[in-house]
Amino acid sequence: MQKFSAFSLARQAVGRHLGWRPQWRSVAPKPSYDIIIVGGGGHGLGAAYYLAKQHGLRNIAVVERGWLAGGNTARNTTIIRSNYLFEQSSSYYEHALKLWEGLSEELNYNVMFSQRGCLMVAHTVHDVQVFKRHVYANRLNGIDNEWLTPEETKAFCPPLNISPNIRYPVLGAALQRRAGTARHDAVAWGFARAASDLGVDIIENCEVTGIDRDPSGKVTGVQTTRGPIRAGKLGVSAAGHSSVVLAMAGIRLPLQVNPLQALVSEPVKPAFPCVVMSNTIHAYISQSDKGEMVIGAGTDSYVSYTQRGGLHIPAHTLEAICELVPDFRRLRMLRSWGGITDNTPDRSPITAKTSVPGLYVNCGWGTGGFKATPGAANLFAWTIARDEPHPINAPFTIERFRDGTLIDEAAAAAVAH
Amino acid sequence: MLLIDCPYCGPRAEIEFAYGGEAHIARPAADVSEVEWSAFLYLRDNTKGVLAERWRHSHGCGRFFNALRDTRTDQFHAFYEIGTPRPDMGGAV
Amino acid sequence: MSGAFRLAGRGCIDTTRPVVFRFDGQMVRGYAGDTVASALLAEGRHLMGRSFKYHRPRGPVSAGSDEPNALIGVGEGGRYTPNLRATQVEIYGGMVAVSQNRAPSLRFDIGALNTLAAPLLPAGFYYKTFMWPRGFWDKVYEPLIRRAAGLGRAPTAPDPDHYALHYAHCDVLVAGGGPAGLAAALAAGQAGARVILCDENAECGGSLLTDTYSLIDGLPCGEWVVRIVAELQRLPNVQLLTRCSAFNYGPHNMVALNQRLTDHLAMPPTDMPRERIWQVRAREVVLAAGALERVLVFEGNDRPGIMLASAARTYLHRYGVACGRKAIVVTADDAAYRVALDLAEAGMKVAAIADLRPAPGGPLVEAARARGIEVLPATTIQRAHGHLRVTGAELAPVGADGTVGKGRTVSCDLVLMSGGFTPSLHLHSQARGALRFDDALGVYLPGESIERVRSAGSCRGVFALDDVLRDGVAAGLAAAGGETGPVWTVTRQDAPGTGGFAGVLPRRGPGHLALAFVDFQNDVTAKDVKLAVREGFRSIEHVKRYTTTGMATDQGKGSNVNALAIVSNVLGRRPEEIGLTTYRPPYTPVTFGAFAGHARGDQFDPLRLPPMDAWARAQGAVFEDVGLWRRARYFPRAGEDMAMAVARECRAVRAVAGIFDASTLGKIEVAGPDAAEFMNRFYVNAWTKLGVGKCRYGLVCRDSGFVYDDGVVGRIAADRFHVTTTTGGAAGVLNMMEDYLQTEWPDLDVWLTSITEQWAVIALQGPRARDILAPLVDGLDISAGAMPHMALREGTIGGVPMRLFRVSFTGELGYEINVPSSQAQAVWDRVWQAGAAFGLTPYGTEAMHVLRAEKGYLIVGQETDGTMTPGDVGCSWAVSKVKPDFIGKRALALPALNAPDRLQMVGVLTDDPRLVLEEGMQLVPAADSPMPMSAEGHVTSSYFSPALDRSIAIAMVKGGRGRMGTSLYAPSLDGPAVKVMLVDPVFYDPEGARLNG
Repeated sequence: MQKFSAFSLARQAVGRHLGWRPQWRSVAPKPSYDIIIVGGGGHGLGAAYYLAKQHGLRNIAVVERGWLAGGNTARNTTIIRSNYLFEQSSSYYEHALKLWEGLSEELNYNVMFSQRGCLMVAHTVHDVQVFKRHVYANRLNGIDNEWLTPEETKAFCPPLNISPNIRYPVLGAALQRRAGTARHDAVAWGFARAASDLGVDIIENCEVTGIDRDPSGKVTGVQTTRGPIRAGKLGVSAAGHSSVVLAMAGIRLPLQVNPLQALVSEPVKPAFPCVVMSNTIHAYISQSDKGEMVIGAGTDSYVSYTQRGGLHIPAHTLEAICELVPDFRRLRMLRSWGGITDNTPDRSPITAKTSVPGLYVNCGWGTGGFKATPGAANLFAWTIARDEPHPINAPFTIERFRDGTLIDEAAAAAVAH
Repeated sequence: MLLIDCPYCGPRAEIEFAYGGEAHIARPAADVSEVEWSAFLYLRDNTKGVLAERWRHSHGCGRFFNALRDTRTDQFHAFYEIGTPRPDMGGAV
Repeated sequence: MSGAFRLAGRGCIDTTRPVVFRFDGQMVRGYAGDTVASALLAEGRHLMGRSFKYHRPRGPVSAGSDEPNALIGVGEGGRYTPNLRATQVEIYGGMVAVSQNRAPSLRFDIGALNTLAAPLLPAGFYYKTFMWPRGFWDKVYEPLIRRAAGLGRAPTAPDPDHYALHYAHCDVLVAGGGPAGLAAALAAGQAGARVILCDENAECGGSLLTDTYSLIDGLPCGEWVVRIVAELQRLPNVQLLTRCSAFNYGPHNMVALNQRLTDHLAMPPTDMPRERIWQVRAREVVLAAGALERVLVFEGNDRPGIMLASAARTYLHRYGVACGRKAIVVTADDAAYRVALDLAEAGMKVAAIADLRPAPGGPLVEAARARGIEVLPATTIQRAHGHLRVTGAELAPVGADGTVGKGRTVSCDLVLMSGGFTPSLHLHSQARGALRFDDALGVYLPGESIERVRSAGSCRGVFALDDVLRDGVAAGLAAAGGETGPVWTVTRQDAPGTGGFAGVLPRRGPGHLALAFVDFQNDVTAKDVKLAVREGFRSIEHVKRYTTTGMATDQGKGSNVNALAIVSNVLGRRPEEIGLTTYRPPYTPVTFGAFAGHARGDQFDPLRLPPMDAWARAQGAVFEDVGLWRRARYFPRAGEDMAMAVARECRAVRAVAGIFDASTLGKIEVAGPDAAEFMNRFYVNAWTKLGVGKCRYGLVCRDSGFVYDDGVVGRIAADRFHVTTTTGGAAGVLNMMEDYLQTEWPDLDVWLTSITEQWAVIALQGPRARDILAPLVDGLDISAGAMPHMALREGTIGGVPMRLFRVSFTGELGYEINVPSSQAQAVWDRVWQAGAAFGLTPYGTEAMHVLRAEKGYLIVGQETDGTMTPGDVGCSWAVSKVKPDFIGKRALALPALNAPDRLQMVGVLTDDPRLVLEEGMQLVPAADSPMPMSAEGHVTSSYFSPALDRSIAIAMVKGGRGRMGTSLYAPSLDGPAVKVMLVDPVFYDPEGARLNG
């Protein structure tokens, strides 16, 4: 692997940058691999990397139906945080956050992880109760999270409107200082480059069309648009298409895909110092290194694989942004897009073995998968390599829906009374 | 924004409707196995293709109805009443 | 005439109306109808902006919304807007405009030093460095990068303008008012269709506005446009919207338009919105989006004074501006010859036309030669000279084998370039229409679409004017279902252009240090694109993301095809094998505020007010938001803080009586012959034996077995229940009821009606409640014997119909007086007056919470969080053991939902009775437990109880009911852990003597 550094950049500049080699080898499939990862997004590429790096496995392929990291890795709003309510969730996301903190060095690829802090803004008495419960629960688990008064919130993020005279005044915020954003594409490219360097085959434009199993039911390989490939184990990390792929092995998942839209403004000079999320009025916003305000909208309600949704959804989000940050009303939407989120009934992911021997799945990340990228990849690799989950992802099974042991982060924010 | 043809009211904008998820999932009796019960509760085909789904005209007549929609394009192929079988679209879809 | 480069007698500006504005503090004189760019160009100024990365000096390259370079900030204070295109901003008297991304000035920008470092800053350089030392990224490097990046500064004051949102339906929406769009709109309009025609410019006409050569029915194009526009305006079924961009093509022919109403006005009417978003549902859509001329990629192609040939034509004919004195034209297309001829005719010198094609020919080429313009076939532009303005260019011959020979330098102050025209496919593609690569034209064209849409004119590769008009008519007729449409004869026109070029121009030598820009604004060079390919980024999406080409504010309108061609050439693969980046809405940027429209301030979300809201406000209540409702939280008296007010309200309820507006409770009437059966199936409780005139606490689970909602249900009649829900759960419960009734139990004859808004609820609670109420209820016997706890009576109160529930959420003797909302205030006033002598006290939601917590009553959403069973919250008693089925029954039998270590609702007492725990605190086994650790439970409700004169709390604790009397610890955020004891959650009057009194 060509080392990346200021020095190598200068040396290549002398050579007019003609000496750079492909960052990863995009290859044709071999007839057989020990492990095939289906899905070349951040999670899948990362899983391949950790399988090679931490579990000493080498004969691994990642197959991707389109261009590498062209799904939700390319489409999210890059927020990274670990201040989830339930211990199972926060442990998982904290595992990821710790990996994020060293990821650029680990991969020798600047993923631009920027710990700018994430404010979760409370607008109602109920919000305050819920977010304070988050703060207490996170502290217990060694996860930083603190409560800010409205004035402290404003001091941390000056553009926020904390006037008591707006429809939903800001009553305070939970702040995780270690939270932040990263450059989403870079994460996938960095994992691809490092995995490729460890011998992982990265196979683009290769769609899985079938899963082969022996008479005992065990996975033996896949059928693809580039021909059959044998495999000892199959790890599916296909986000919105997980249901489609798992159906090839006769497995139905507790998943429903919904469009999720996001948008950016035209770039402006630094004007927004952190990540702000508001569940009550449905908006989240941060400013990218380029200067664009990156804004996430709510999900459209229906099942769709179209990667687009109704304009009323981002319009509603912008209503909320204009309330939270009225100075930004004259900023302009530059670009908007949609992704396919794979949602479980309890809005928590699945990283687990399946009922089919040799078949593993990492899915159900809904609207929050990017922040988990290195953590999910790392634990999925563990699960595949050892044929058993790591203690952190052990609760995130498919069977929890049968047993009723849900990890219901969505319901935890329930509003009533 | 989708245009949804309520069988009782005619075509209306999506914001008048609430989504009801996959259609034709019958609620089993209370004595079924855990596996069957959880399948009813949680397992979905999540079809990429023509999906039979439920909508409710919640800001209109209030009625639930079914629709066939291609989740690859969001184009509707049929709208039909709750309790009636999924229309046979023949080779069309 | 002001402006040294203004040409008398040309252009559509109004020279009788001079307009003075400021640009970077300097006065600039223009005329009504000018843009900032045209007015500056009229003064000979091309330098208008600085690029993103290298801070290169830049001038306008286009004359429209696709402009990548000339971005400016306009306005002051709350009306300041960054990143507007100078080529689009119409001037008005007093306008203040500033250049961007430069310091200290546009001419001398320190950031331009970045150009010197360009060899160190290739595409994606930031992925390869800034990693050492660890921790420097977000403290040192990133802030530097952020300061250098961005374009204009963000506004720092709230926008005083307002915006509007408009929904519309039409038969035919025509997007684009050029020749094809005008023809389509007229054809459709004359066929009787309801037509909306929109165009992003100040006036319709498109390319016809700058075409002084062609004649339609013998008329100059401009006159023809005036005639057609007048005809359209005469048709009542046609709506014509200018300054209005179709920017988003959503599913099912929903097209969003952004209409700019006031930005061009010096004194906009105060009641006029600045912009309006139209959400148009069109039966049919005609896209007449036109085509955009492509830039050429060569060394120094970004120097001010280098622009698209079509732009120079626009400045000449629309604004009467000569963009220079001496021009060089570089082209691969015939259309630029017409521009050269126009310039020459206007008195400008055209030094040479360098044509990349080996043997250009045809009438236009001959006309240029005849005019004395030197035409250089097989000639490329090796490089452009100059810094703040182009001063010349080296034109060099291209041999048959593609090699470039030694050229000669030609001085000039203007270089016009034309790489041919790229059809605008944005809207077609947003609607998920297919694209197909046309080998003959060398561009993508629209393919099949699932929507009812058709493209017309140059956006589908039809370029000759007569063909465009016929195409427009055909599209309009087809969309409207018309038979015959208007027919025009184009009596003079240029033959459609042939040729075209995409990619990097041929050059002599490797040009390692040459900067040839593909994406001007983002400073992406041809070498950057090649580097990306070299590093393995082969999908065009990867190239875009790695280099940022096409991601600037023009969204690749000028750059995408060139980038694609470069990748295609390097890889030796056809363009369609490489693909095209997804066209993402909006077509051009749209103001955030326009999306928000009137949904701001109080209009942001509907505000639901309970009937006694005005009364509560008059009493000085403090409010809280609960869902959409605004509820009185407490009623402070002079000098009281919240704690004092709540304590007083609580004591009053316990001692005398309190009055509370409980109208926000959700209410549903369940009626019909099968109402009881429906209730049996829906609730966990049994209802068959509930007598008429009786109430019962009801609990709703989901089929997952988890508590969803609760509320008191009264039986009005054998076939009629009055159901209450939580405030937040009302809509959800009704939807869930409808869901099961309509889709699971169609056998049941039941009607469900939301009655939340119909019945106001006045809660009267306290030991004197009966004494206050009895005289008011028109003879109804509410004595303890006649109307015990959980009884329900219908009657009147002062003649007003009433459903009277004897229920208590406080533990005291209490009533909930349901009366029609319209008469609720009058009834409230009567109760209030009757209670005055007793000391009746209004109380708010906070006291309500304290009072119910003293009694250990749960609040769904506070004690429960969507993972609690009835058993967890101590309500197993409510769950029927005998009903064959109800919602949640099967799941409640799951072992996991009956595990002994489930979280269970308990009471919690601190050792220090003054210490009030914070809600959300976690409970752990030991005071000094090391972190990280697992919690045994958490505090859900916590208050100071005036009745007990000590703090109380409710918590959910693992196996809590079996741990009564044991201790846990609640770690605080900034002090020692607090020791607590687990107790029964009913703190007050556990026997229930008071509520039964």
